[in-house]
Amino acid sequence: MISFIGRSAIQKIITLFFVSIVSFLIIHLAPGEPGQVDPMNPKFTPEVVERFKKEFHLDKPLHVQYLYFYQNLLTGKTVSWKDNQPVLKKIWERFLNSLPLFIVGTILTWTLSFPVGIRSAIFRGRLYDRSATFLSYLLISIPGFFFAYILIILVVTHFHVPVIGMETFGIGDASVLHIFMDRIWHLILPSVLGATGGIAVLSRYVRSQMLEVEGQDYVRTARAKGLPTEQVYYKHALRNALLPFVTMFGLILPGLIGGSVIIESIFSWPGMGRMAYEAILARDYPVILTVNFASAVLVLAGTFISDLLYLVVDPRIRL
Amino acid sequence: MINMGEKGINQDFQFDEPLAPKRTRMQEFWVLLRQNRLAILGLIIFILFFCCALTGLFLTSGPDPLIDPALIRLQEKLRPPLAKPNLDSLRAEEVPYMGVYLMGTDDLGRDVFARMLQGAWVSLTVGFVAVGISVLIGIFMGGIAGYFGQHHIRVDHILLTCLLISGAGLVATKLFYSGAVLLFFGLGYIFYSFFTKKIPGKKAVTSWKGFLHKNAVSIDTLIMRIVDIMLCFPSFFLILTVVAILPASIYNIMIVIGLTSWMGATRFVRAEFLSLREQDFVAAVKALGVSNYRIIFRHMMPNALAPVLVSATIGIATAILTEAGLSFLGFGVPPPHATWGNILSDGKRFIFDAPWLTFIPGIAILIVVLSFNLFGEGLRDVLNPKLRERH
Repeated sequence: MISFIGRSAIQKIITLFFVSIVSFLIIHLAPGEPGQVDPMNPKFTPEVVERFKKEFHLDKPLHVQYLYFYQNLLTGKTVSWKDNQPVLKKIWERFLNSLPLFIVGTILTWTLSFPVGIRSAIFRGRLYDRSATFLSYLLISIPGFFFAYILIILVVTHFHVPVIGMETFGIGDASVLHIFMDRIWHLILPSVLGATGGIAVLSRYVRSQMLEVEGQDYVRTARAKGLPTEQVYYKHALRNALLPFVTMFGLILPGLIGGSVIIESIFSWPGMGRMAYEAILARDYPVILTVNFASAVLVLAGTFISDLLYLVVDPRIRL
Repeated sequence: MINMGEKGINQDFQFDEPLAPKRTRMQEFWVLLRQNRLAILGLIIFILFFCCALTGLFLTSGPDPLIDPALIRLQEKLRPPLAKPNLDSLRAEEVPYMGVYLMGTDDLGRDVFARMLQGAWVSLTVGFVAVGISVLIGIFMGGIAGYFGQHHIRVDHILLTCLLISGAGLVATKLFYSGAVLLFFGLGYIFYSFFTKKIPGKKAVTSWKGFLHKNAVSIDTLIMRIVDIMLCFPSFFLILTVVAILPASIYNIMIVIGLTSWMGATRFVRAEFLSLREQDFVAAVKALGVSNYRIIFRHMMPNALAPVLVSATIGIATAILTEAGLSFLGFGVPPPHATWGNILSDGKRFIFDAPWLTFIPGIAILIVVLSFNLFGEGLRDVLNPKLRERH
C-alpha cells in the first residue's frame, strides 16, 4: 500500500514536470512574443520595452526563463503581466466565484443521473428507456452556447428575471430574501448548463453498469430466491453497480478549475474560465501557465484519489 | 450432409463446396445495423449533410458564385426567413437566387442560406481532417506501443535525443555556434554506433559503455507516459490557447484539434494489439517470415480498427462542436468566411429581434452532431462481438 502510494506519487511528479515543460514550450515557441508591441503606440518607447523585458526576465534564454517562472510560481511570487496582481491571489478570487457553479452543477449531475439511469436499466427497451436514451444523445449533441440562449430566452420572457452576471446590477438595498432569490436565479442557469452534458453521459454509464450487473449470477440467484423486485434491484444489483462510480469522485476534481469558458463568458460570470479566456486574449502568459499547471495538478490528484478509493472500496484488488 | 451417415464426415468433406458462412461480413454488418433505427437515422442525416456541404461548396465558391455568401445588402438587413426581397432597391445581381431569402438575412443583409451552405463545408472538413489526423497519430503510436512495446530504449538513445533536440533548439533560438556543436556531436555518435555495429569483432565492454547500453524504459511505457502527459492538459483550454496564439486560419484549427485528441485512439489500438499479438494467426504469420510492416498493417490493423472507428465517428461530432465553440468565442475561421459558430456568434446580439440568426445555425449544429453521435453509438453496438453472437 505505502509502496504503491510512493511509486505513484513519484510517477505523477515526473509527469507534472514534463507537463510544465510542454506547456511552457507551447506558449513561448509560438510566433509573436510578449515584448513585441504596437510600433505606432507612442507610450512604448524602446527603453520601456527593454525595462519590461528585464523586469520579467524576457531577455534571458528560454531555459532560464523556465526556471525563473516555476521558481516564482512555487514560492507564490508570480505576478500577472496585465495588472501586476499576484497570480495566485487572482486565481483564488475567481476560484471562489466558480465554486458555487461547480457545487450546484455536481449535485445536479449526481442526483439526477442515477435515478434516470437505474430506471432506464429496469425498463430496458421500453418507451421510457428509449426516450431517455434519445434525450441524452440530444443533450450531448447540443452546443452549450446554443442551449444557453434557448434557456435565456425562456427564462427572460416567461419569468421576467435577469440572469446575466452574478447578481443584478445595482440591487444594493433590496430585502435579504430578494437578494437571496436574485443570487439563486443567477446561479441556476449556468449550473444547469454545466450539468447537462454530465447528466447525459453519467446516466448512460449508470444504465450500462446496471445492465452488466443484472447479468451476473448472484442477481439471478436473488431472483430465484423469490426476493421482491425492488430488493433485487436496489440492494443486490445497485450496490455492486455503484463500485466504478466511487472512483469517479476523484475524476470530477479537474472540473473545479476547468470551469466552462463558453458558459462563463455568455453569462459574464467572473469565474475561472472567464479569467482564463481574458488572460488568453491579453496574452497574459503567467496566468495562462498557472491555470494550466493547476489543472494538471488537479487531474493528477484526481486520478490518484480515484486509484486510492478503488483500493479501499474493492476488496478484490490487492497490491 | 445427404449421405453423411454412410461415409462419415471426413470422407464427405470436399474443398470445392462453399463452407464459409452464407453471409459475408459486410452483409452481416448491414443486417445488424438495419435493426438499429436510430443509427440508420444518423447515417441518413449524415449522407444528406454531406451532399448539402458538397453542393454548398460548388454553389458558393469560385470567382462568380451562384449564391454569394459575402454579398452585403445593407438595405435588406434582418429580413426574416422566406421573406421576399424588395426588388426596387436591389440591383439585378443582388437579387437572391430563387427570389426569396430562404433563411432570412443577417445584420449586414447577407443571405443566411448561402452562409449556412458555406459553413457546412467548413464543419465537415474540420471534423474529418481533425479526426483523420488524430486517428493517424493514434494508430501509429498505439501500433508501436502494442507491437514493439517490449523493446527497450537504451540510455544512449535518450541522451542522443536530448543532445539533438537541444542542439536544434539552440539553433532555433539563434545560438548557431553552440547548437551546431551539439548537433555535430550527436551526428558523430550516430555514425560511430553504426560503424561499431557494422564491424563485428572484439568488443571491449568498458563500464561507461555498459552504462550507455543499459535498458532505460520500454517503448510501451514511454508512449503511455506521453499519453498521460497529454491527458493532463485541459483540452478545450489548450486548444483555445494555441489557436489564439497562432495566426487565425482554418488549417491551424484542424491541426490543433487533431493534435490534442489522439490519446483515445492510441489507447484503443494498443489494447487491441496487445491481445491480438498473442493470437495464433499472428504467430503463424510470423513463422512464415512475413515482415513486421506487413504483419502490422495487413494482418493486425484490420482486426484492431473497430473501436477506433467508433471513437472516430464520435470524435467527428466532438470536433464539429469544438470548432463551433471556437468560432463562437471569436477564435475560429477568420471573418469573411462563414461558419455555423460564426453565424450564431454574430446573431446573438439580435437574439430577440432576429431569433432565426441564433436558431438556424444552432439547430443545424445540433442535428449534424446528433447524427454522428447516433451513428457512432449504433456502430459500437454492431461491432460489439458479444452482441453479434446473439443473432
